[in-house]
Amino acid sequence: MPAAESAYRREFPVKGGDFAKAGAAACAIKELLKDLGLDAATVRRAAIVAYESEMNVIMYAREARMDLTVTPREVRIVVDDRGPGIADVELALTEGYSTATAEMRELGFGAGMGLPNIKRNADVFAIDSEVGRGTRLDIIIRTNGHVTP
Amino acid sequence: MIVLKDVLALLDGELLTGATAPEAAFWKVFASDLMSDVLTAAEPGSLLLTGLANGHVVCTCSVADLACVVFVQGKRPAPDVIGQARAKSLPLIVTKMTMFEACARLAGRIEDGGHARR
Repeated sequence: MPAAESAYRREFPVKGGDFAKAGAAACAIKELLKDLGLDAATVRRAAIVAYESEMNVIMYAREARMDLTVTPREVRIVVDDRGPGIADVELALTEGYSTATAEMRELGFGAGMGLPNIKRNADVFAIDSEVGRGTRLDIIIRTNGHVTP
Repeated sequence: MIVLKDVLALLDGELLTGATAPEAAFWKVFASDLMSDVLTAAEPGSLLLTGLANGHVVCTCSVADLACVVFVQGKRPAPDVIGQARAKSLPLIVTKMTMFEACARLAGRIEDGGHARR
């Protein structure tokens, strides 16, 4: 990102296990992006990435910080969690693979689509995970980019 | 495409949120109890049929730009969930029909673009 480019930044804390507040960060991000005047398709992709990431933290991690950066060119969402980490990242990126509990599934989540859907909505997707430490997602959605279904 | 008043008539539905134009149009219909599937495959502007009646449904629809929710089998969401939907101008409908019957009725009427016709 060029140093001179203006950017909007905000961070959102997410607490693991807090199902009552699930979606709060994603909805706030969506409203912010709408207020910043981004097009509806970009806002939707970023909101889905934020929501899926938020749910992953709530379901599996202890806590996380979700950092939102918006420039005229891109929306960047970085989610850095403290949690169990992912032993097999490639497997976790497989559609349908899930370690969700029955409680998570009763809430409508844990179908094994979270990480694949985040990747699907991202123009740039990076994941770094260490077992026993946590997982870091770095997602970029270009404001003039496109999603490949 | 199908409009709100036709959805209510076909499903013998009750509008829980009010203040929605009877001619509000929904271009596609998506049916699932899995919000993960909604986030993955439902198209913006769709009507969602679901048997899940918690606040995550409203949040998911808001995030994914869905336009209406029909709760099947008489599953009525809690007042706070209805309040969340009102705040987001998301119409909520409850029907006593099963998911299968509700899908069949809408599939028989929805015009161009319904997943069931593809």
